[in-house]
Amino acid sequence: MGKIFFFAALALVVVSGLIFAPAEAKLAIHPMDQFQVSALFGDHISWYTPTNVTLWMALAVAAVFALLVLGSSRRAIVPGRAQSVAELAYGFIYKMVEDVAGKDGVKFFPYIMTLFMFIVMANFLGLIPGSFTTTSHIAVTAVLAALVFVTVTVVGFVKNGVGFLGLFWVSSAPLALRPVLAIIELISYFVRPVSHSIRLAGNVMAGHAVLKVFAGFAAALGMFSFLPIFAITAVYALEVLVAFIQAYVFTILTCVYLKDALHPSH
Amino acid sequence: MASNTQEAAHGGGSAMPQLDFSTFGNQIFWLVVALVVIYLILSRVALPRIAAVLAERQGTITNDLAAAEDLKAKAVEAENAYNKALADARAEAQRIAAETRTEIQAGLDEAIAKADEQIAAKAAESEKAIAEIKAGALESVKAVATDTAEALVSALGGSADKDAVAAAVAERTKG
Repeated sequence: MGKIFFFAALALVVVSGLIFAPAEAKLAIHPMDQFQVSALFGDHISWYTPTNVTLWMALAVAAVFALLVLGSSRRAIVPGRAQSVAELAYGFIYKMVEDVAGKDGVKFFPYIMTLFMFIVMANFLGLIPGSFTTTSHIAVTAVLAALVFVTVTVVGFVKNGVGFLGLFWVSSAPLALRPVLAIIELISYFVRPVSHSIRLAGNVMAGHAVLKVFAGFAAALGMFSFLPIFAITAVYALEVLVAFIQAYVFTILTCVYLKDALHPSH
Repeated sequence: MASNTQEAAHGGGSAMPQLDFSTFGNQIFWLVVALVVIYLILSRVALPRIAAVLAERQGTITNDLAAAEDLKAKAVEAENAYNKALADARAEAQRIAAETRTEIQAGLDEAIAKADEQIAAKAAESEKAIAEIKAGALESVKAVATDTAEALVSALGGSADKDAVAAAVAERTKG
């Protein structure tokens, strides 16, 4: 049965490729158009204008609300599907914070959960065809990373005072090497937010751009368009994975940085 | 589409919308709004509620486990009692069977002894009767012989001397 459907679909793709072959099959690929920020009403964009960024962030907030608040509204001892997922997300991040940042990191759990839920929801909403992916923008991920960087640095100094600088002073290394290592550690500390933000935006952007490139091929290839369409399917599956993994990576790095702030000794 | 990109390229000074700094303020503003809203939703409603549900479930599970432990102990107890009752019953049954067997054996022995005695008595009686009958029969043979001899003698025309006949019969029957 499945085989019949598969070949029927294949035949349909080939036939439709023949019938609807573009009159002038030119390669018109604009993979970056999908990242265009545009105002929902009018043309001018100032800092408060409702844009597609606003729309898709609002949808992400709504998705978080639907999953974690509406999903858990029945407070069932034996959870339903939505409540199971909500509890799974809660347990996943809670355990991550506890394991990586330590017991005293748990009071930052709501903060880290906020970051994770926003990123994971924005990533998954961005996988809807025709949507706008807020996490593909450096401006967004840089603010997320900067928030983590500032928080971690402030927490480090508040908790440990000047002792936080011990993070840069590798006491297990030979004395002569320590100043050199301190400079390297200091640079790596300030590079953290850069890699933290570009990793997320870069992964999401690259995947979406690849999808668009294949879509452009599909439009140009006529009856052979099924080849790039299969490729799109495969890349899309990978993007689903990436959407979750990048949210996970961002969150676990936040926990690691928090651990450094709470326990700066090497 | 192409014209759009062109416009963006002219307007933002870059083909990459990510590097169009004119939209940064807008994105950052709405990001902060979104994060604050999510943080409030999570810290005020969602996380305490989920934590409460999880704690409640943990409590229920702990209680249920304790109850299950109790019930298991009770089951083991009941099984022990059952086994003990079974062993008791088996011992009792064996005792009763042994008792009955000895009782029956005693009754049987008695009956056999009685029967033997009766058989012996009957046999003795019978022997006596047979001896009597045998003696009686001999006597009768003698009388019949005498009478027959007398009758024969008289039939032959002689006169039978009773004593002589009797002596002759006695003489003959001896042998």
